[in-house]
Amino acid sequence: MNHKEKILYFISLHRTGLWVTVLSLGLLLYPLFEQNPYTLGLTNLIAINAIVVLGLNLFIGYAGQISLGHAAFFGLGAYGSAIATVNFAIPSWLAIVLVAAIVALIALGIGIPILRLSGHYLAMATLGMNFVFHTILLQWDEVTGGPSGFAGIPYLSIGSFLFDDEVRLHYLIWSVALLSLLLCLNLVRSGVGRGMAALAGDEVAAAALGVNTRRTKVKVFVLSAVLASIAGSLFAHTYTFISPDSFDIFVATDFVIMVVVGGMGSIWGSLFGAGLISMLPEWMDLFETYKDFVHGAILVLVLMFLPQGLVTGLIDNIKIKLALRRRHHAEH
Amino acid sequence: MLNIEKISKNFGGLPALSDVSFSVDRGRLTALIGPNGAGKSTLINCITGVLEPNGGTISFENIDIAGQPTHKISRAGISRTFQNLKIFPRLSVLDNVLTGLTCEGGDSMLMAMMRLPYLRHRERRLKLKAMAALDRFQLTDKATWPAGILAYGDKKRVELARATVGSPQLLLLDEPVAGLNGEETAAVGDQLRQLRSSGHTMLLVEHDMELVMEIADKVVVLDSGRCIAVGTPDEVRANPLVLEAYLGRVEATA
Repeated sequence: MNHKEKILYFISLHRTGLWVTVLSLGLLLYPLFEQNPYTLGLTNLIAINAIVVLGLNLFIGYAGQISLGHAAFFGLGAYGSAIATVNFAIPSWLAIVLVAAIVALIALGIGIPILRLSGHYLAMATLGMNFVFHTILLQWDEVTGGPSGFAGIPYLSIGSFLFDDEVRLHYLIWSVALLSLLLCLNLVRSGVGRGMAALAGDEVAAAALGVNTRRTKVKVFVLSAVLASIAGSLFAHTYTFISPDSFDIFVATDFVIMVVVGGMGSIWGSLFGAGLISMLPEWMDLFETYKDFVHGAILVLVLMFLPQGLVTGLIDNIKIKLALRRRHHAEH
Repeated sequence: MLNIEKISKNFGGLPALSDVSFSVDRGRLTALIGPNGAGKSTLINCITGVLEPNGGTISFENIDIAGQPTHKISRAGISRTFQNLKIFPRLSVLDNVLTGLTCEGGDSMLMAMMRLPYLRHRERRLKLKAMAALDRFQLTDKATWPAGILAYGDKKRVELARATVGSPQLLLLDEPVAGLNGEETAAVGDQLRQLRSSGHTMLLVEHDMELVMEIADKVVVLDSGRCIAVGTPDEVRANPLVLEAYLGRVEATA
């Protein structure tokens, strides 16, 4: 092998790792070039959404299920952290972990019965779950603050170092997002990940190949709930104020739209989907009024024309075209 | 190896299988035949845990597997192919075959997320194994193709490669030549012979009588949910009950 071949071989072997490194470096340097707090705040929001979408994409794109209720887990994380730190004076880092553990148990308790459902029924059940959660947030004001929200959540800190401005938050939130990205990338490249892909492809075939379909669905559901909870905790500590509107069913469907736009079963696509949908309102002034309408239209269009999702769908089409051409060459 | 004893299955009071008994012997190719509606698919579904029989036992290596969940039966060493192909069209051919090694890939999601060195080694070993299987089925040059674009015959081979890559104790083949032309049928027939000579134990469900009579060691005939004959191809061919139930019906409709 000459030098060039060696380099190409190294790249082909470590492609995923290299991409993660490039992205990390880019994000490390980003605040040097972008100091506008508003823009940084927006990329921070993208990272928070991306953490939720990564988990949700494992559940929708890999395990082949559907959830219209992940805003509830996101909200449980946010309100959990808020209540734990303000009302019970639990240290915030510990609170994030504790809340995530409790959310895992809740997701387990909900997941075991409702994951016996599939398709429309599962969509309805998870939607109902989110609806119930949102109603509790609104009605139980002595704990949640009701419709007026929950204020006075402390910033996260290490010693006396407070994560209280956009640049500091940028490093904090993106570190968690990149770690989540890495863990998810590892998962889908493993045997367990292939079992999940099989489950999304065909449940009967997956079971016949030795995949414990019911348990795998529940596990992925719990994992995605934990990621959503952590993202919710970060959300609460970033804005220091939360209100029920951030966790209603429209937010839950927005998460699904991010998954669909990014591409089902595409970990990298999750970042893109979270980015694009989080940015949309910034690009269109009129948009705020018609937000839900536009989001719905995007969902319908993508599902009609590229059911695998925007990015995955396009990449798949290119792959298939290339492979067909190769097949054509091989045959002639 | 596989002992089916007095298996019954009713659907809402209608018997689909009644008291079916036969055995599959190690290293042999046993064929299961019978006219449409004889109960072949029901029986396969009972063996693979998709359906739970109402009565009887299915013992595999002396363990009763009747009513066990599908993935446990698969992990016990029974692997299968499907009548109407169940490959994963979006995954590459190599990944499709790798899903056949699910049982060896490890179970722990947390470990998988850490991508510990021992898992990376295991992945490499599994990949070599899958590549060897691709080689056996002449699919090596198509390893990176999305399986969905393959020709029908190639897809069948991907499924066979996936079903055999984990060296299962028992291979269930549900109509492997359905929908294939004469040439392709002959090719699959050759592959089945190869699998048998490499020591695989197989239960073949098939409509193609010519193929069955040619390659089976033992033939089991089902009719209306009953087992009406068991024997070598020659014995079964000469059995008047079979002629009446199976071939007779062909004459009547012809």
